[in-house]
Amino acid sequence: MAHDKNDFARQFIEAIPHSKELGMKVTLIENGEAEITMPYDKRFVGDPKTGVIHGGAVSALMDTCGGTAVISHPDVPGPTATIDLRIDYMRAATPGQGITARATCYHVTRSVAFVRATAYDEDFDRPVATATGAFTVDRSNKS
Amino acid sequence: MPHPAREPLQQVKQRRDAALRALADGIPYAQYLGISFDRRGDELTAVLPFDNKLIGNPMLPALHGGVTAAFLEVAAIVGLSWSYLWEDMESGALSLESLEAGDLPRLPKTIDFTVDYLRSGLPRDSYARAKVTRSGRRYASVHVEAWQDNRDRPHAQATGHFMMPARG
Repeated sequence: MAHDKNDFARQFIEAIPHSKELGMKVTLIENGEAEITMPYDKRFVGDPKTGVIHGGAVSALMDTCGGTAVISHPDVPGPTATIDLRIDYMRAATPGQGITARATCYHVTRSVAFVRATAYDEDFDRPVATATGAFTVDRSNKS
Repeated sequence: MPHPAREPLQQVKQRRDAALRALADGIPYAQYLGISFDRRGDELTAVLPFDNKLIGNPMLPALHGGVTAAFLEVAAIVGLSWSYLWEDMESGALSLESLEAGDLPRLPKTIDFTVDYLRSGLPRDSYARAKVTRSGRRYASVHVEAWQDNRDRPHAQATGHFMMPARG
């Protein structure tokens, strides 16, 4: 059952026009945990002098990954939307390297899901950014 | 006492618009999203025309939350850069020729950025304005609001902290 929901979610997320544009791939989706990767792309650079990916593209990845973690949580019945998302930028991502985001939905109430996420380039010992967010839980369509 | 020579209006406008273009067009990701800036005096409005590639939820449909976050962040960075470039530009310390040759001023770096999603982003054009709440030598705090049809009903707002580029 849970597998069906996750397979559907993976397909759904990879079919989102903007996620597809950014080349996002869901590499893990299970029990409130998600991992999504995004390749390096010159179009998503923030400062041409350095070639560093724009924070906004990292935000898009963190937001998608956070939402994915929420819908994979066993206590969340349906779709979700971001209420708020805070991103802290630790350092510039290394130009030429893809970004991987890992998110955990660590608590779910009747109407809110809480998420923590971390983004890495190829160096998994030094995060590029961390994020915390709150997402909606929709119980209107219980099945 | 003679009046200081007044610059022709056309020349002033040309310089300001060229500086803005160099700044906004110099960010590949902003270009990719299709963001442009509308200028009235020193006030900037960021404009994000709707495009299918910006969709995050095809069922509703709604803009991708990440697109809205990126739009707000671009508006904040350009708005902040614009506020400190303005002086250099008006004094003539910033040369138009070097700007147009691609010698861009260094951009502020985002320390943190918090987005509030107030309403779902509809599949139509978005606008944003940034307000530099505090700008010091090293850090700046910027608030930015985005709306679609109605200025009084923003669909998202954000606050960010930025590291100012070293002034040379």
